This record gives sequence, structure tokens and C-alpha cells, in this order.
Amino acid sequence: MFYFLAAMVIVFSILTVTSRKVLRAATYLLFVLIATAAIYFLLEYTFLAAVQLTVYAGGIVVLIIFSILLTSRLSEKAPVASVRQQILSALAAGAGAVLTLLTILKYGFPQESVASEPTSAVQIGNALTSYNRDGFALAFEVISVLLLAAMIGAIVVARREKLKEEESNKEL
Amino acid sequence: MTQGIPLNFFLIISTLMFFIGIFGFLTRRNLITMLMSIELILNAVNINFVVFNKYLYPQQLHGLFFSLIIIAVAAAEAAVAIAIIINIYRNFKSIDVDNVDEMKY
Repeated sequence: MFYFLAAMVIVFSILTVTSRKVLRAATYLLFVLIATAAIYFLLEYTFLAAVQLTVYAGGIVVLIIFSILLTSRLSEKAPVASVRQQILSALAAGAGAVLTLLTILKYGFPQESVASEPTSAVQIGNALTSYNRDGFALAFEVISVLLLAAMIGAIVVARREKLKEEESNKEL
Repeated sequence: MTQGIPLNFFLIISTLMFFIGIFGFLTRRNLITMLMSIELILNAVNINFVVFNKYLYPQQLHGLFFSLIIIAVAAAEAAVAIAIIINIYRNFKSIDVDNVDEMKY
């Protein structure tokens, strides 16, 4: 099962960054995110997998697809970088990957997973709202304020401004 | 569930995914596809946090919460980025980075 998921993640990642059609790339991204959620299920973090499915696969991908439909002509193919630039990018990414993999494989991480109880949603909820030493209440509050600010900012940026207002502002 | 699968295998997957994302970010010339490459990168980092939590500190939840918070930040980032992209499209009639080469309003 794990090897199937691993192959799926890698193949669809490559297709995401190489597909010339933007909408297809978004669909491949959706498959990558679903395979990642399956990996979380494999690791027995079911709550995180559910969040991944709803927020990433459900929310972000839909948002991306909508913005593609709003901004691109679907029959057109996405422009690509020059061959020289592609080769240089592949070299840079490949060198980084080789370096990181060598470091990981040289470092002796303990390889076996210790058998442990699956984390329950109750445990996560308690830790998220507790303000004790091991609680995450501060992070929770900060992230909610960040989300609110980001949503208001997105609305303000994307809003179509009236031309008249713009003219009067210029005169002022 | 993860018996017999070494920690390294997960790290190899996430490393490959991360650098595929970097490659896409460097070669893509369309703002939305660049955003999708960034999502790939963030996802690879999430896998790392979760796997380290599972294999090295199974009694604790810190890696899990890091991942949750990164997912929330990614959602906020995607929303703001798409708002900016739509605004750019209104002003330039294109979202290819080659055409959007002036910072003038």
C-alpha cells in the first residue's frame, strides 16, 4: 500500500509541474493531495488526514480551479521557460535533492516506528484549547486572527474598484 | 500500519516532492501554476513534520500541530495569492510573469 501511494505522489507531482494544460495540472495536484491524506491515514493520524482532505483537496483546489477558469483561456497551452532555463532549474533541483538525500541517508535516524495508541480527536481538541505548558491555545488564537486578516485582505484586494472613486482620488 | 516501513522512505518521498515543487516554481511562467508548486512544497514539509512526530516522539503532538497550522497558513496564503492574481489579470489581461513586468499600478 505504501509503495503504491509513494509512486502516486511522485508521478502526479511530476505531472503537476510539467503538464502544459493548466486545468490538468490542477487535477494532478488534487491527486497528490489525496495521496498525501492517504499517507496520513497510514500513519494513523486520522484527524489530520480529514483536515487535509477538507481544507486542501476540498478548499484550496476548488479555489485554484475557479481562478483558472476566471483568468485563463483553456484552449491555450501554458507558456514554458526556455530550454536553457529548464536545464539549469533541473540541475539546481537535482543537486539539492541529491545533497538532501545523502544527508538523510547518512544520518542514523531510528528506523522502526514504536507501537503507540492512535491519536484521538478528543486528545487533539484538549491540547488545542489548553493553556497549560503542553497546550496550543496561543497558536490556535494567532492562527484564527491570521485567517481573519487574510480573508479580509483577500476581499479588499480582489474587489473591483469604482472608476469614479479612482478619478476623484487622483484629483485629490 | 507502518510496521516494516523505515523512516527513510517517507523522508525520500517528501524530499523528492519538495524538489519537484522547486523545479516547477523555477520553470513555470504562469502565476497559478507557480502557486500550485508552492502548495507541493508546503505539502512535502507537512509530511516531514508528521512522520518525525510518529517515529521519533509518538507520545507527543507537536509535529501534528505544526502540520495543522501549516495547512491553515497555506489556505490563507492561497486565498490572498488568488485575490492578487485576479487583480493582476484585471490590470494586465494576462497572468504570465513575462507580460507582468512593471510594478506600476
